[in-house]
Amino acid sequence: MSKKELNVSALQNGTVIDHIAQGQVERVLYILNLSNYDDQIYLGANLDSKKYGKKGIIKVANKFFEPEEINKIALVSPTASIIEIRNYEVAKKENVQITDEIKGFVKCVNPNCITNHENVPTWFDVTNKKEIVLKCRYCEKNTTKTNIEFI
Amino acid sequence: MKGKSLISINDYSKDEMLRILDIAEGFEKQPRQPILSDKVVSTLFFEPSTRTRLSFESAANHLGARVIGFTDAASSSTKKGESLKDTILTVACYSDIIIMRHPLAGSARWASEVSSVPVINAGDGANQHPTQCLLDLYSIRKTQGKLDKLNIAFVGDLKYGRTVHSLTIAMCNFDTTFHLISPDELKLPSYVKQHIKDKSLEYHQYRTIEEAIDKVDILYMTRVQRERFADPIEYESVKNSYILTKNQLKGCKENLKVLHPLPRVNEISENVDNTPQAYYFQQAQNGVYVRQALLATILGATK
Ligand SMILES: [Zn+2]
Repeated sequence: MSKKELNVSALQNGTVIDHIAQGQVERVLYILNLSNYDDQIYLGANLDSKKYGKKGIIKVANKFFEPEEINKIALVSPTASIIEIRNYEVAKKENVQITDEIKGFVKCVNPNCITNHENVPTWFDVTNKKEIVLKCRYCEKNTTKTNIEFI
Repeated sequence: MKGKSLISINDYSKDEMLRILDIAEGFEKQPRQPILSDKVVSTLFFEPSTRTRLSFESAANHLGARVIGFTDAASSSTKKGESLKDTILTVACYSDIIIMRHPLAGSARWASEVSSVPVINAGDGANQHPTQCLLDLYSIRKTQGKLDKLNIAFVGDLKYGRTVHSLTIAMCNFDTTFHLISPDELKLPSYVKQHIKDKSLEYHQYRTIEEAIDKVDILYMTRVQRERFADPIEYESVKNSYILTKNQLKGCKENLKVLHPLPRVNEISENVDNTPQAYYFQQAQNGVYVRQALLATILGATK
């Protein structure tokens, strides 16, 4: 058994978020609203990855995510994979996927957009999944990878 | 289209746009038709735009509808801090359709999501003004007898002009050749050009009206504003190139018409007004017919 597998197996039950893009671990924690989570969380950053050079990893004990929740992190880390551990075994392993629409947690880049002035939840159509281009349903302006901000 | 809000010109297919133009033709022939005499139309102008508001109110009156509303945010409860949502929910109880203008982009879409009655966007910040676009299409078709295979020139501020962006995108449905005349600072944004490229249509870019005047069927003028330039010297050096005079119309095609969304400041000399090419006041008149067509269609009063 390799060392890496040992690390993953250290969780009895929970979720491992692996292959997080370098520098995005904190943001993933934030997007998944884990700052106030009261069970164990293991974090790793700048780990060596054969595929991506450097990577981050998060292990959350006793927590499983709904697809729409976990897929939010695809915006900041499209390479991430999600491993569900149940009773020390890998129960499920999936890559994150960018959804067709994004609701509520990304800020619209347009300062004159209604969503930045009134209590209107943001709502975007993902018009380019590769480059990450989000078209606001309200002001019709694009928010892109370079200017994305999270609410 | 009955019961459906009109927020963005992108909400209408080509066929739906053409249908509105056909219905508008009927209202041009016979403007006074009291088919909405049992309806209440509200005009909510969170920022003043007298011209657009009067055009809608004239359209509603010609159809026999009653009009309620306010003319700027200062006379509405918005200044007391009421949310747009609450204003819309309340007004929807008083009227059959809401026409709104608002300084923030996306406000009309949001209003249409919370409203129980249809909403017509009469301008949401820098974003959309779909009824302007439809009246422009109507004016082009009326003066040229068709929408297909025309040469259309846009002059002036092509970067910030939302009417130019919407009309460009709409004209991409009709095998148009575009002539884009602007200073370097105010060129058409690449996302709008992309629509032209996606349809493999032809476009040309120029710095002066003279270079294109003998090629075009429609000359669509917009104003070049000093505030748009980072360098005031640059503005001074180009400003006169985008003012249309009677002289510049020499050598133009016989069917050429000059359009302008109005209000004009100085970008079209008054000596153009009496030429056969001037069409901007009739264009404004056409706005009433198009708005009649929209009100009648959305409120279900057309066959
Ligand atoms: Zn927006």
